[in-house]
Amino acid sequence: MSVRLPRWVLGFSALVYAFLHVPILVLMVFSFNDSKFSVNWSGFTFNWYHRLLERPDILRGLRASLIVGGASTVIATVLGTLIALALARHRFRGRTAFEGFLYVPIVTPEIVVGISLLILFALVKVPLGLTTIVIAHVAFSLSFVVIVVLARLEGMDRTLEEAAMILGADEVTTFWKVTVPQLWPGILSGALLAFTISFDDFVITSFVSGSGSSTLPIVVYGMVRRNVEPSINAISTIILLVTTALIYAADRLVRNK
Amino acid sequence: MAAVRERLLAWLHPRPQARAWALLAPGTLWLLLFFLVPLIIMFVYSMMPRGIYGGVDPGFTLEHYRRFFDPLYLDILRRTFVWSIACTAICLVLGYPVAYAIARGGQWKNLLLFLVVLPFWTSFLVRTFAMIFLLRDSGLVNNWMLRLGVIEHSITLLYTPFAVMAGLVYGFLPFMILPIYASLEKLDLSLLEAAEVLGARPVERFRRVTLPLSMPGVVAGCLLVFIPALGSFLTADLLGGAKQMMIGNLVQNQFSAARNWPFGSAASFIVMALVLLAVMFYLRVKDRAPGEAPLR
Amino acid sequence: MAVSPSSTTGSVVQLSRVSKSFGDVKAVDDVSLEIQRGEFFSLLGPSGCGKTTTLRLLAGFEEPDDDGGEVRLLGEVVNKKRPYERKIAMVFQSYALFPHLSVQRNVAFGLEQRKTPKAEIGDRVRRALEMVRLEPDTFARRMPGQLSGGQRQRVALARALVLEPDILLLDEPLGAIDLKLRKEMQLELKSLNKQLGTTFVYVTHDQEEALTMSDRIAVMDNARVAQLGTPAEIYENPRTAFVAKFIGESNFFGGTAERRNGGGWEVARSGGGRFLVPDHPAIREGRAVRIAVRPEWMDVWRPDAVPPGENAVGGTIRDVIYLGETMHLIVTVPGCDDVTVAVRNEGQLIKPLPWKRGDAAAVAWRPEDCQILEEV
Repeated sequence: MSVRLPRWVLGFSALVYAFLHVPILVLMVFSFNDSKFSVNWSGFTFNWYHRLLERPDILRGLRASLIVGGASTVIATVLGTLIALALARHRFRGRTAFEGFLYVPIVTPEIVVGISLLILFALVKVPLGLTTIVIAHVAFSLSFVVIVVLARLEGMDRTLEEAAMILGADEVTTFWKVTVPQLWPGILSGALLAFTISFDDFVITSFVSGSGSSTLPIVVYGMVRRNVEPSINAISTIILLVTTALIYAADRLVRNK
Repeated sequence: MAAVRERLLAWLHPRPQARAWALLAPGTLWLLLFFLVPLIIMFVYSMMPRGIYGGVDPGFTLEHYRRFFDPLYLDILRRTFVWSIACTAICLVLGYPVAYAIARGGQWKNLLLFLVVLPFWTSFLVRTFAMIFLLRDSGLVNNWMLRLGVIEHSITLLYTPFAVMAGLVYGFLPFMILPIYASLEKLDLSLLEAAEVLGARPVERFRRVTLPLSMPGVVAGCLLVFIPALGSFLTADLLGGAKQMMIGNLVQNQFSAARNWPFGSAASFIVMALVLLAVMFYLRVKDRAPGEAPLR
Repeated sequence: MAVSPSSTTGSVVQLSRVSKSFGDVKAVDDVSLEIQRGEFFSLLGPSGCGKTTTLRLLAGFEEPDDDGGEVRLLGEVVNKKRPYERKIAMVFQSYALFPHLSVQRNVAFGLEQRKTPKAEIGDRVRRALEMVRLEPDTFARRMPGQLSGGQRQRVALARALVLEPDILLLDEPLGAIDLKLRKEMQLELKSLNKQLGTTFVYVTHDQEEALTMSDRIAVMDNARVAQLGTPAEIYENPRTAFVAKFIGESNFFGGTAERRNGGGWEVARSGGGRFLVPDHPAIREGRAVRIAVRPEWMDVWRPDAVPPGENAVGGTIRDVIYLGETMHLIVTVPGCDDVTVAVRNEGQLIKPLPWKRGDAAAVAWRPEDCQILEEV
């Protein structure tokens, strides 16, 4: 190909990549540093990871995050997949407007979502807790699921469904035996993204969580506010590795069409 | 069971609209109840008098919006706006060459792309913490600069506008790269070859073909950076300290320490309005072809 | 006005022993050819044969390998020259019209890059559009997205011709338009070539197209030139089985040259019988011979009625195929592939062919209609 990359573009890009990734890598490396205050390397240790296990708030936060993540993922994935199916397979009045509406939660700043839900829950006097967090996370991640699943549905070969019907399968059978198996990677990657959004979310959660229902990001935020200590590096490393694995999985699923 | 299924099918078959809505209803209901309705309530709250212990009292007032003309709040609004624009501009300058490199990355393309998608999805909180870790007085940046002899004493990086800007750019850069990459990726290479055969050197080729054809990506990227920057809260909260407040921090503050819910709602609504304006602007420009004027 | 280079008549394009590899794959392997000024020259071959790479070497999108020979345009070695440093024009397979520029802006693009005075540009754009029969007042302001395939094709051509190039490269430009329009464009291209005196280098995989338009054709196979010649030479005297098969249809027969017979040779056919072929430098006594015979040069007879002096092989009619203008008789012959014979259709309703499936028949052709292939 005749389009060559100018050298400076390569060098410049390398610097930008460094800017994007070096801070995270440094953070991870120093989670193994055997010194509480210094940023000089004082030897390798798992000490900070052991410390995490001794902290009940972190374990409770992790538990809350997993429960919230699990529940909101299931709900958002089911509801989102249904919406995607309707959009891909049916013409209905107001479709364009509806699609536009789906994008609104994505562009809405999280802080707006958070406080508007806080007001709602206060108004109808629902006590803040895991349930309210799940409600909020579903509302925020639903649109992402729809978009991921819809992309997969639109890339799917419709003639397969038609072939199934010609071969005698009714709509319901066709759906379960042909559509769903093909759609599975899309659904799964939608679910992974929903889980990641939920697992990582701090801003919205900070408004709709009660005192006994702090998720992991809430706990970490508290730690960061109080003091910069290597345990935060350790828990950050764990969070990063989990999300990286999830994103990698989702990425593979989307790509292996 | 089979009979129920038969009857359901028989009922749904001639009613495609009903089928569509049966699929749409649960999710839509959720979004209406827990997304749209709260926004409306928030809007209503923003025009009601403040309650004593948080919440609101009955009545109607525009006082909260009027308060934004107070220099203190105008300042916050201006800062938010200027910083969001600056962040967008910096992201564009940093992001475009990277997007270009990925699009022409050949065998490395997938890996390079993944390395941009990754921060896109990883915890914003953790990434902001990474910035703190680097920038604080006893952090790595100071440490290395001391060692290299660039500075003699630690300098304050954290809690400065510089730190906030670095955090914003660090946080939102992937949002700029991905859409620009997508539009460059779609670019038909034969167009570039055509430009070359017609006599365009690389610089001209970029100016007259590549750049105009990647404009949709540039515009989308700017929107995707500008919007979250406008509504950002964590960055200024953790990296900026009290003096570098953005409107997101103002909102948060009204719902925690200040306990002025209607004022917070008004601020929040202003954020939302700015976002919608930006989106409308985007939809306006999006479809306008970035062509050149006709010959006379 | 583009300055016409000194009236060097003769060759404007010279490839001498040009090679180009991508990794381990040789895309162009030791290709030499010369193209004369004003010629309509086609590079013909199946996909992957190297014809497009050859064209891209001329355009400058690819450079020959380091020891890969010389590319000369207008007498000048251009191996390392970028496309924008070469005085050529090109029409792309996908047209490559800039979607963000109007028709006139597309056509003006090259003139603007070549620093043509503004006043001149508008005028030349108009003339170029008229040349490809697009009404300037109707089309100049349109965007490429608003044009049909045929119209885009014409704009792409105008964009190239407006530069008044000495050499115009065309990369399967008619591939994407429908048959009727394609025939029309073929004739138009041919007449533009003659009218402008521009050298056309045309890449195609469509043999009929190449035969219709070209002054000369290079048939490419497997990164090399299999045969170079006029359409008649290539059709009537293919040198290899590949060329015979790729251009038109052919029936192949093999055997061993037994002895001279008059001005030709007598060949023992593998599978039985013998036939006569004309003399050819490639034939040696006792060595294998392979020939090709075009279906329309053959005829089918009753086994006992073959005209004297003709070569004949016996077989069975397997199929009678109605093609409109002609009829194809497919004959199963022992010892070789099925033979196809084309006979004129004189009206099956009035004067039906006297053959049906299963009939015994003899296929016959005159010795001088044998095409002797150089590789066996």
